[in-house]
Amino acid sequence: MATNQRSGTSGSSISIHALTKRYPGSSAAAVNAVNLDIAPGELIVLLGPSGCGKTTLLKMINRIYEPTSGSIVIDGVEVQSLKASELRRHIGYVIQQTGLFPHMRVAENVAVVPKLLKWDRDRTRERVSQLLEVTGLPPEIYANRYPSQLSGGEQQRVGLARALAAEPPTMLMDEPFGALDAITRTRLQDELKRIHKQFSQTILFVTHDIEEAVRLADRIVVMREGRIVQVGSPLEIVRGPADQFVSDLVGSQDVLRRLSLMPARTAMEPLHGTPPDLAQSISGEVFLREALSMLMESGDPFIAVTGSDGTAIGTLSMTSIQRAAAPPDTPDR
Amino acid sequence: MDLVYFFDNLDEILALSLEHLRISLTALMIALPVALVVSVIGVWFRPARQPLLWTVGALYTIPSLAMLAFLIPSQGLGLRPTLILLVMYAQIFLVRNIVTGLTGVDPAVLEAARGVGMTPFQVLGRVWLPIALPVILAGVRIALVTIIGLAILGGWVTAGGLGELLFSGINTNHPAKVLAGLIAIVSLALLTDLTIRLIESLTSVARARRAGNRR
Repeated sequence: MATNQRSGTSGSSISIHALTKRYPGSSAAAVNAVNLDIAPGELIVLLGPSGCGKTTLLKMINRIYEPTSGSIVIDGVEVQSLKASELRRHIGYVIQQTGLFPHMRVAENVAVVPKLLKWDRDRTRERVSQLLEVTGLPPEIYANRYPSQLSGGEQQRVGLARALAAEPPTMLMDEPFGALDAITRTRLQDELKRIHKQFSQTILFVTHDIEEAVRLADRIVVMREGRIVQVGSPLEIVRGPADQFVSDLVGSQDVLRRLSLMPARTAMEPLHGTPPDLAQSISGEVFLREALSMLMESGDPFIAVTGSDGTAIGTLSMTSIQRAAAPPDTPDR
Repeated sequence: MDLVYFFDNLDEILALSLEHLRISLTALMIALPVALVVSVIGVWFRPARQPLLWTVGALYTIPSLAMLAFLIPSQGLGLRPTLILLVMYAQIFLVRNIVTGLTGVDPAVLEAARGVGMTPFQVLGRVWLPIALPVILAGVRIALVTIIGLAILGGWVTAGGLGELLFSGINTNHPAKVLAGLIAIVSLALLTDLTIRLIESLTSVARARRAGNRR
């Protein structure tokens, strides 16, 4: 792929301090004194029920909403000190309804930000076809189509390409895959992970779908009623929910839910010495629920767990799965 | 009744038609900025929207001949009262369609336009107006055709145009003259309608819609 030359893009660090947003006519704050530090290149998922403030928090970062008080600092620069339109040109923005410009062709939609930044024509054109490739939309087929000629999944790919156009070090994504069918959603989640791996932007991703959060997040930020309830890796949150609310939200009490959120590698017995000769094997990234059904169907006492290069790195048995599925630690507060 | 008068006086009829078109376009050029201001107030300031639409609607219900008669004592004869009348009656079509066009644009599209870093002016010029344009142009088309028809009344107050031909035909009991005026006015209205329809079909939204239909 022609995109490797640009894999140097790196993410911004974002520092959110005492951030509060009150909407006029509402007594409760939508976002209430939130603090959050995000490292460059992290993929942060904001998770919570509707009305918890996750979207409001996201949209204050590119100043679609203005905070009531508090500060957001990106790479050492206070966002309030910049002109809103200037700020937004360097932050990729993807929304659930896509918001594609219906009167512009796919290529024109993707070229919007480069045009605002006054890139020259050749650079813009090259970048547009590069991005259409990256997002799985061969330019010779898609560049001249209009959004109305695309499926929902294709439209959201264009939305993603448009957001990536000027190589923004920060991306904000508001339930981007929420309206897509399950298969398309999974495929786009995989593509996003691949793109994130390639360009290592800092990504803030809003969702209320726990499965999606676990698939994508480096860290999950759980929100409720305008406040952050818990921050941690997907595994930390599922196995050690901070309280009953988080436990219910991520389904910690449900054994099958837990198994469906834990990758096989977290439960395996690490391999010592030569790999045993096992009939069945499963990738370490596959969730335990699938591993369990494989174990039960095969009737074997063990299956092999393989690493990213396909070689065995451990073994999995009923016992190891049972141990991993033990109820989460009791919250220590 | 015959067409001999029409063909014998083609030059004069053409001159009157051009004058008629000039009066009509002048009225549109005044009516359009007025309607834009009224519409933008209606779009930005929600509580004003319905009252404004009612007002321009009520203006249209006043009988035009009565309105013109009412204007003569204060405005005199000629172009002035005619233009005032035409600008007033065009408002309903212009305001209604501009408001409908602008408010009909998907809010998510406008949010995306802000989100990618367009200034408010760029949002309006590159996204909001272009998407609303076909609806606005349809309003302009209906307004202009209506203006062309109403401008006949200008002939009654010596403003010129094809109204002069029609009224002098009636006053001198000269049916062929009236027929010539009628043919000219209908042709003018039809040509105008076709021209603006052509412009409508050239807008980016119309192009996108045609592409969408071929899907």
